[in-house]
Amino acid sequence: MNTIAESLGQARKSQGIWFAGIAIFVTAWFVLYNQLLPFARWLVTQLPIAPGSHLASSVEFFFYDTPKVLMLLTLVVFAMGVVRTFFSPERTRALLAGKREGLGNIAAAHLGIVTPFCSCSAVPLFVGFVSAGVPLGVTFSFLIAAPMVNEIALGLLFALVGWKVALTYLAFGLSIAIVSGWVIGRLHLEGWLEPWVREVRAGAVDLEDEHLTWVDRFEAGWDAVKEIVGKVWYWIIAGIAAGAFIHGYVPAELLSSIMGADSWWSVPAAVLLGIPMYSNAAGIIPVIEALLGKGAALGTVLAFMMSVIALSLPEMIILRKVLSLKLIAVFVAVVGTGILGVGYLFNALFS
Amino acid sequence: MKNIKVLGPGCKRCQTTEDMVKAAAAALGIEASIEKITDYAEMAKYGIVSTPGIVIDGKVVHAGGLPKEDDLTRWLQA
Repeated sequence: MNTIAESLGQARKSQGIWFAGIAIFVTAWFVLYNQLLPFARWLVTQLPIAPGSHLASSVEFFFYDTPKVLMLLTLVVFAMGVVRTFFSPERTRALLAGKREGLGNIAAAHLGIVTPFCSCSAVPLFVGFVSAGVPLGVTFSFLIAAPMVNEIALGLLFALVGWKVALTYLAFGLSIAIVSGWVIGRLHLEGWLEPWVREVRAGAVDLEDEHLTWVDRFEAGWDAVKEIVGKVWYWIIAGIAAGAFIHGYVPAELLSSIMGADSWWSVPAAVLLGIPMYSNAAGIIPVIEALLGKGAALGTVLAFMMSVIALSLPEMIILRKVLSLKLIAVFVAVVGTGILGVGYLFNALFS
Repeated sequence: MKNIKVLGPGCKRCQTTEDMVKAAAAALGIEASIEKITDYAEMAKYGIVSTPGIVIDGKVVHAGGLPKEDDLTRWLQA
């Protein structure tokens, strides 16, 4: 027993074995992935459910989407976990410090996608950026892009809804982060930070260069899979269950009359509804998929998704430690307006 | 006697980091005073952007994510 564990431990240190293992894993992944739909259909026929019924259609959606989403998530999170070892918040800050607005906002929004970031780090990150001379607006561009335009959202949109929607989400998510950050910077609201934030001066930090080998990077990817997939799987199951219900039971006429492109009020309603809702991108996308399948307008649905992810009440409560209420209100108003704009634009373009 | 500070607002990973530091110091037989810093202003003064961070005798050795066991041993012995 011990020798097996030891040789496994040895194997984990070998770069060749990692490469070979990943190649085998990815091949198996694709083979399995292509069998998911036939398998879900077969599974439903094995159950005592009348074929063609609402229930059958819901159950099939659930059986198909659950393994699909989990498999995709694993692949995407692993790849991004490896990519992220090339970035760190400290390095991102060094890149952004002293950058002018405009270019700085664009750089910050893009770095927001690849820089490792967890919401419990939001406050130290905010303070660390501002105190090191990253302009407030640039900091906001980063803080808006980091949760909204992430690999989970993009990867799942790509696989479940299609590459066009994923690309537009990427482009417009980045635009909202850049423009909102720029607007907040133009408003010169530094005085609305909590007083202690303005006073803190960041100490110079000189972390020794970590020499990461490929094995270290792969292990970081695997750690990310364990952590993220372990943390979000219940969101996903809940999201897929909600999606499955919509898929099987909600009549298309009802949804398209409420969330269709013809009802102008549906976009603001979607944004408002999204604020108190808090979900991970992984949980919301199966719902999005089902809504789109029932004829909901793309702009309305994307506005809802962006609002759920980017404007979340828990995050605002955390940020209250560094921002005054006035500044939080401005943040919500600016980002909310951006999301509204995207919603209307899409409904106009794609209807 | 080493002075070790673990910087973090109290999320689960910060707690794990503190436990790892304690365990590593005990395993090496190093006498250490371990202090938890949860104040954001204090953290910012050390210049870290991501938590948890580890400061040993005034020097920041780690920021962001769980430290690796090997690194921890190396920093403590330095």
